[in-house]
Amino acid sequence: MATKKAPERPNVSKEELLKYYREMLLIRRFEEKAGQLYGMGLIGGFCHLYIGQEAVVVGLEAAAKEGDKRLTSYRDHGHMLACGMDPKGVMAELTGRIGGYSKGKGGSMHMFSREKHFYGGHGIVGAQVPLGAGLAFSDWYKGNDNVTFTYFGDGAANQGQVYETYNMAELWNLPVIFVIENNQYAMGTSMKRATKSVTLYGRGEAYGIPGEQVDGMDVMAAKAAAEKAVAHCRAGKGPYILEMMTYRYRGHSMSDPAKYRTREEVEKIKTEKDCIEHVRDLLTQGGLASDDELKAIDKEIKAIVNEAAEFSKDSPEPPLDELWTDIYA
Amino acid sequence: MATQVLMPALSPTMEEGTLAKWLVKEGDTVKSGQILAEIETDKATMEFEAVDEGIIGKLLVAEGTAGVKVNTPIAVLVEEGESADAAVAAPAPAAAEAAPAAAPEAAPKAAPVAAAPVAVVSKASPDWAEGTPVKTMTVREALREAMAEEMRRSDAVFLMGEEVGEYQGAYKISQGLLDEFGPKRVIDTPITEHGFAGIAVGAAWGGLNPIVEFMTFNFAMQAIDHLINSAAKTNYMSGGQLGCPIVFRGPNGAAARVAAQHSQDYAAWYAAIPGMKVVMPYSAADAKGLLKQAIRDPNPVVFLENEILYGKSFEVPDVEDFTIPFGKARIWREGTDVTIVSFGIGMTYALEAADKLAAEGISAEVIDLRTLRPIDYDTVLASVMKTNRCVTVEEGFPVGSIGNHISAVIMQRAFDYLDAPVINLCGKDVPMPYAANLEKLALVTTAEVVEAVKSVCYR
Repeated sequence: MATKKAPERPNVSKEELLKYYREMLLIRRFEEKAGQLYGMGLIGGFCHLYIGQEAVVVGLEAAAKEGDKRLTSYRDHGHMLACGMDPKGVMAELTGRIGGYSKGKGGSMHMFSREKHFYGGHGIVGAQVPLGAGLAFSDWYKGNDNVTFTYFGDGAANQGQVYETYNMAELWNLPVIFVIENNQYAMGTSMKRATKSVTLYGRGEAYGIPGEQVDGMDVMAAKAAAEKAVAHCRAGKGPYILEMMTYRYRGHSMSDPAKYRTREEVEKIKTEKDCIEHVRDLLTQGGLASDDELKAIDKEIKAIVNEAAEFSKDSPEPPLDELWTDIYA
Repeated sequence: MATQVLMPALSPTMEEGTLAKWLVKEGDTVKSGQILAEIETDKATMEFEAVDEGIIGKLLVAEGTAGVKVNTPIAVLVEEGESADAAVAAPAPAAAEAAPAAAPEAAPKAAPVAAAPVAVVSKASPDWAEGTPVKTMTVREALREAMAEEMRRSDAVFLMGEEVGEYQGAYKISQGLLDEFGPKRVIDTPITEHGFAGIAVGAAWGGLNPIVEFMTFNFAMQAIDHLINSAAKTNYMSGGQLGCPIVFRGPNGAAARVAAQHSQDYAAWYAAIPGMKVVMPYSAADAKGLLKQAIRDPNPVVFLENEILYGKSFEVPDVEDFTIPFGKARIWREGTDVTIVSFGIGMTYALEAADKLAAEGISAEVIDLRTLRPIDYDTVLASVMKTNRCVTVEEGFPVGSIGNHISAVIMQRAFDYLDAPVINLCGKDVPMPYAANLEKLALVTTAEVVEAVKSVCYR
C-alpha cells in the first residue's frame, strides 16, 4: 500500500462525498455493532465482518442502476447495506429472528433480497462466481442491459470454478463484472503463500477478459473503475475484472485471532489508508463540511444502527412451524 | 481364405443396428481402413471400416435393413479367384475380435428382420383414461418430445450441456432441437460441469427455466455442490424468496462395460436432499409426462434417465400436453402374494421376475415409484398391507439405498402386516467391474428377484 496522500480536492460534489461518507459509516458502525452482539451471544455461528473494505462496495454501487444484480460470499453485510437493504432486516437475520431477511433460517452468510436484486450471501467459497455469471446470462438471454456484480475474495480466486466461469462468460459475452476483493488474506493464508501470480485480475487475460487493479481503499477510484467496467458490460462487450486492493481490519471471522499478520501491519493501514477517514479529510480539509455537520451524520448513523440492534433483539425467534416451510417453492 | 465381415457393436449398449448404406459393391477390392458401410445405431450413424484386405465376394445384408444383430455376418471378403459360397456356409465365429459385443449367442444367418419394437404394455395406467389414443415410441423420443413441447410453450426454457447442439446429443436425446430453437436456446458448453451447473442455477434465479443435460450423471459429481448447496437449499435459506426452477437430467446408472467411474446409480444420493425433487422414470410415457412436469416445477429437479432404457419402446398417450404429477407411483401389475417395489431400470427385472413367478403360481404386485422425492408411500403401504410381503429392487449400492428407506417406512407404519422381513435387492457393494462376467455379477438380476420373492414367500 502506498503512503497516505495529501487529500486533493477531487472533482466530486459535497453531496456525493457525503453520500459515500454516510454509506461507508453505516457499514462500519453496523459491523461494529454486529461484533458486539456476537460477543454477547446474540449472534451465533460464523460472522465475517467487512470493516476496512467499505469503499469497495460503496464505490461500485455508485455505478449501478436499477435492475443490476449483485451477489457475494459470506462476508456480505456491507453489500446488503450498500444496495439499500434494511439494516433492521439484516441485523435480525444475524440474530436468527423472524424479522430477518431469511426469517432467521439463513443467518449471516445466507441472505437475499429479490427486491434489491441481492442474490446472496454464499457460504461455499467461489460458488457465487458461476452463479453470478448465470444471473448475467439471464439478462443476456432477455436482451436487456443489466449487469451483475459478482464479488469474491483473493482466496476464492484460486477456485477452479472461477476459471471455468471466466471461459464461458467471455465465450458467451455475458454482462458480468468479476469483482475480486483482494484483502490479501484468504482466512490466514496471505496471497504470497497461495499463488505466484503477481496480480489476480491478470489471470483474465488467458480468457480474453480485460481488467485492472484498483485502489479499493479509495471510494472514488472504486467508482471510476466501476463506471468503466459497467460501460464495457452494458455495451455488450462481455465480462470485466476489477481487482480491488483492500484490507480487512478484523479477523477472517469472529473466532480468528489473526496471528498471521502483525499488529503494526494492521495499524499502518488503519492510520494511512482508512477509506472513511479519507473521505472525512476531503470533506473537512477541503472546506466542504464542518465537523458539526459530520458529527450530525455520525449521530444519525448511530441511531439507525441502534434501532437495527434493538429490532434484532425484539423480533421473536421464528415460530416452530417455520422449520417445515420454504423447503420447496 | 474367405472371411466374414460381421455387424459391429458401435457403442457400449448396442445390440442391433440398421445397415443404412453400403459404400462398396460385390467385386470391389478393399483395403484395410476403407469405409465399407454406414451403420445407424440408436445413437448415431457411424462409418464402418474394413479390418482386412480382400475382394467383396458377397454382400449378405441389403442396404436399409434394420434390426441387424451385432455379430451377424453382413459380407464376405474373398481372395483373388476364391468363391464366396464357402464362407457363407461356414458358421460365424463366436465373437469377432473387433466386436466384443453383448450378443454371445451364435448370430443368425443373414436373415434381416425389420426391428419391430416390442412395447411393454401395462394392464392399468393411472395416467390416462381408457380409450385414449396411444402411440409407440422409445424413451429417447419421449424425452426429446417433452423438451421440444416445453420449449415451444415457454421462451424461458432452454437446454444447455455438452454436445446437446451441433452434435445432436451424445445420446441423441436433443436431436433436432438446435435446428428448431437455435443456438441461444440449445447451448453447447465446454466440458466444465462445475461451472455450467452454477451458471444454470444463476440463470434460474434470474427468471429462466434451464434444462441442464449432464452427458452422464457420473460427471455431475464435478458439479454436485451447485445441485445441492446452490439449487436445493437456497429457497429455504432465503426464507422462500429464491426458488430455483431448474432440471438436471441425463443418463444415470450402469450402461454396459464402462466400469466403475461410469456406472453408478445416484438415486439414493439425490433423494436424500430436502429441497430437491428426484425423478427416475422407467417407461416412455413416464419419461415424457414427468419431464414436462419437471420443467414446469418451480423447484430443482434431478431427472435420472438410463442409457439402456433409451431405446426401449412403450405406449405413450397421443394427447396434447401430457403431464404426470410427482409423487404418484404406478402399479404395473396387480398381485396378491408379494409386493415388488422398484423404479428406473430396476423395473425391467421386477416385471420379468413377476412373469416368471406367475408361471410358478406366485402373484406379484409390481410398483414403480417413478419419483423418489416426493415418494408415494401410501401406494406401497396399501400394497404391503394386502400382500404382507415386500421385495425392493434397485441398481444402486446397498448401503443407504432407497430400499433401506422403504423398508424402514414399512416397518414403522405396517409392521403388523408383515409376514416376512423385507428384502432389499441392490447392486453389489463393489465398484463396478469391467469384465463382462463380473459386471453381470455386480448388477441386480431377474433371477435374484425371483429368488428373493420365493424367500419372502417361504417357497
